[in-house]
Amino acid sequence: MTASSSISIAIVGSGGAGALTTVNLLLEAASAAGWHGLFTRTLGPQIRGGEAAGLLRLATHPVDCLPDQFDLIIGIDWLNAHRFGSEIKAGPQTLVISDPRGGEPPPMVTESGARVVEIEMKEIAKSISGGRPNMIALGIASRLLGFGVEQVFALIAKRLGGKGTSAMEASRAGIKAGFEAAKGVRFEAQLEKPVPGEVRRWLLSGNEAAALGAIRGGVRFAAAYPITPATEILEWLSPNLAKVGGVLLQAEDELAAINMIIGASYGGTPSLTATSGPGLSLMIEAIGLATAAEIPIVVIDVMRGGPSTGIPTKSEQTDLNIAIYGLHGDAPHLVLAPQSVSDSLFTTQWATYLAEALQSPAIVLSDQFMGQSRAAIERPADVAFIGARSVATSISGGYKRYAMAPGGISAMALPGMPGGQYTADGLTHTERGIPTSGAADHLAQLDKRRDKLERFNYGDHWASIEGTGDIAIVTWGSLTGAAREAAARAAADGLNVRLIAPRLLSPVQPERFAAALEGIARLLVVEQTHSGQFLRYLRAHYDLPAKTRALNRPGPLPITAGEIHRAIIDWR
Amino acid sequence: MSGPTTRHACKPGDYKSELKPIWCPGCGDYHVLMSFTRAFAQLGLPSENIAVVSGIGCSSRIPAYTNCYGFHGVHGRSLALAAGLKVTRPDLTVIVASGDGDGYSIGGNHFLHACRRNIDMTYVVMDNRIYGMTKGQPSPTTEPEFDTALTPGGTGVAPFHPLVVALASGANFIARCFSGAPNETADILAEAIRHPGFSFVEVLSPCVTFRPDEKDWKEMVRPASVPETSDQGKAARRLMTDDGFNIGILYRGHRPPLQPAIGGAGVELSELEKDFEL
Ligand SMILES: Cc1ncc(C[n+]2csc(CCOP(=O)(O)OP(=O)(O)O)c2C)c(N)n1
Ligand code: SF4
Ligand SMILES: [Mg+2]
Repeated sequence: MTASSSISIAIVGSGGAGALTTVNLLLEAASAAGWHGLFTRTLGPQIRGGEAAGLLRLATHPVDCLPDQFDLIIGIDWLNAHRFGSEIKAGPQTLVISDPRGGEPPPMVTESGARVVEIEMKEIAKSISGGRPNMIALGIASRLLGFGVEQVFALIAKRLGGKGTSAMEASRAGIKAGFEAAKGVRFEAQLEKPVPGEVRRWLLSGNEAAALGAIRGGVRFAAAYPITPATEILEWLSPNLAKVGGVLLQAEDELAAINMIIGASYGGTPSLTATSGPGLSLMIEAIGLATAAEIPIVVIDVMRGGPSTGIPTKSEQTDLNIAIYGLHGDAPHLVLAPQSVSDSLFTTQWATYLAEALQSPAIVLSDQFMGQSRAAIERPADVAFIGARSVATSISGGYKRYAMAPGGISAMALPGMPGGQYTADGLTHTERGIPTSGAADHLAQLDKRRDKLERFNYGDHWASIEGTGDIAIVTWGSLTGAAREAAARAAADGLNVRLIAPRLLSPVQPERFAAALEGIARLLVVEQTHSGQFLRYLRAHYDLPAKTRALNRPGPLPITAGEIHRAIIDWR
Repeated sequence: MSGPTTRHACKPGDYKSELKPIWCPGCGDYHVLMSFTRAFAQLGLPSENIAVVSGIGCSSRIPAYTNCYGFHGVHGRSLALAAGLKVTRPDLTVIVASGDGDGYSIGGNHFLHACRRNIDMTYVVMDNRIYGMTKGQPSPTTEPEFDTALTPGGTGVAPFHPLVVALASGANFIARCFSGAPNETADILAEAIRHPGFSFVEVLSPCVTFRPDEKDWKEMVRPASVPETSDQGKAARRLMTDDGFNIGILYRGHRPPLQPAIGGAGVELSELEKDFEL
């Protein structure tokens, strides 16, 4: 069989089996060798321990989505694996390595026609002093993926260097034993060699990327209330903000977190908080305050299954409605969505820039899949989007905080500036910030806040628009990667497909969207919701072709490139 | 208090805005405003270096009536907003103004944590034992038998004791004032502002419209008979047995305020990327 440009592997094990560590090491080994990769954890409901699987896709090109099917599945054990077995798709091409003492593979795997090879990983581990089954699995995977054992040893030395020689020796012995055990196992999938001479590789999660993007964009204050799957953003920011002269404050709840960042930003410091659906719900009232008082803030919502507590550890795109429409009153604000782990950096940085430039709250809709996946990527380019709000200078008498300036953006006085004293207010106010219930003032300020967002030139970053043809896939957020891959497969079939994925969800861009739809006769709308929130949003704001279809499903099962591809092909 | 020490020759009038308050004639809050401006003048603070932050309620309208920087935020969240402001702008003098509904009911949780956090700011609650702005519903300090349209015959629920809560939660300075004595209130406010950390000043401020009975407060208040203490145990006993009308500084603690290091050049942003490089 010929080598392909991507390969995928899942390692399954119950708590403590070390499945996730193994996959992480494979990702590191592969990215050190120059491949790209994406590593997603899937966990059961237990806080610690319980069942876990590490899903890994390696490729010669950037990977932003999981595969339709796994080439290799290693079950260190299968205890409770049925709880998420449906997320680990197998097929007749799949090789399953199973420890016969670790229970039965779930029906999803056995009924797929996959070839099962039994290797006694636990027994082999027992024969090694301090041996662990996951190191056996690592050895097996390394051999099957074509990594040299020395390559993996070098990585282990780097990773476990501090853990003492006996731990290291046990790991090396385990890897070696696994390597031996896999000898003669037929595995046909092969990964092409990485493109040589590529740039520096980074390994990071979408949450980390978003946090770095925020700092690059100028954020120097964050307020934090932990919530899955957003916590890593806050945990990364805490030490790193301190390194650049900023600070993170832990809040007593999300109501406090959002108000803390409004206070800090009022004082002149670009500010951010990160949360998930339940927290965003609590923040909504104050986001409206920031809209009315024109205080720039950034709120990252790493979406998870909802409503209510929902599925905290699984991805969904169901906060679209609340992010765009959740505020009471007419409250225009920015809503943006990154499209991959790598793009989480850019989009969060851009959101910070836009929030500052437009003196508006910006909600960044990431999701659990993107936020918690670790990717091996090329170092994202430096971009020039550094937040800089219009600050009042030389204030002379009768300062008007909310003056009807051209473009709707009025210069902001910061506490400490003589003559700039004003009271920021959620009450409807005059140009001077004085409370009023007058119709004319109300209308004038509503116009101002609408116009400043609508008249701004967002440039080409507003969306990813790729490809030609008269059929288009419209999607957003982390599904962009799967849609892009589906379009590429269709192109390989000889069918040109356009991809349209808006990064800027609010304010809407009717002219740009219409231009993107030029020549499109059929439109496939792809989203991870039950109710079709994105389709309704598109219908509300844009003219869609008569032939518009939806491919939508709630979490936790991701929509794969294969499904999107099939939907396109079947429509032909 | 931290912040600029430059003292101007200031008059209370320098701290008043030209805005006419919406308050009812005779409302206690007029006197609280007077005490604010007198305290600021006493301290000689440049008005642009003071930020007055509030929530929602009659009492919370106070920021715009001063000539300082102000923030009239959402109901109950002023302490959080002020915390974000103060940690990032330690050069400012931050005053938080609230009411018994705003501060003790909807904002109750933030009260506990602001005391505990002990960021250098002064928290002034104008307690009229009623929701004035929404026209007369009981607050957490309303007497159980007080009759309202929402709670005919009274709530039957005992009021809570904000000063005890403040002490137990770690407030660094606790005082009670009466709005009808603006000079004494101004003195105590100035002292509260000067004192480092979280200073809590409850001001009995009658709502003449929905609590006309509170006009009698001027007969009921009295200077606290014992001097202020720094002993938490003593303060706890005194505050627990207090009838709510002892006026003065009641507790002065010496916990260091929370002020994380901020500013400075810091490292190059490229340093942060090292986390991600292979
Ligand atoms: C979220 C929210 N809920 C309710 C209200 C209505 N509301 C406005 S002021 C207020 C009570 C204010 O009471 P207090 O803080 O004692 O102020 P006072 O008017 O007595 O000075 C309420 C309930 C609101 N503005 N926001
Ligand atoms: S209702 Fe009461 S608290 Fe409000 S302004 Fe009138 S007197 Fe003052
Ligand atoms: Mg009140």
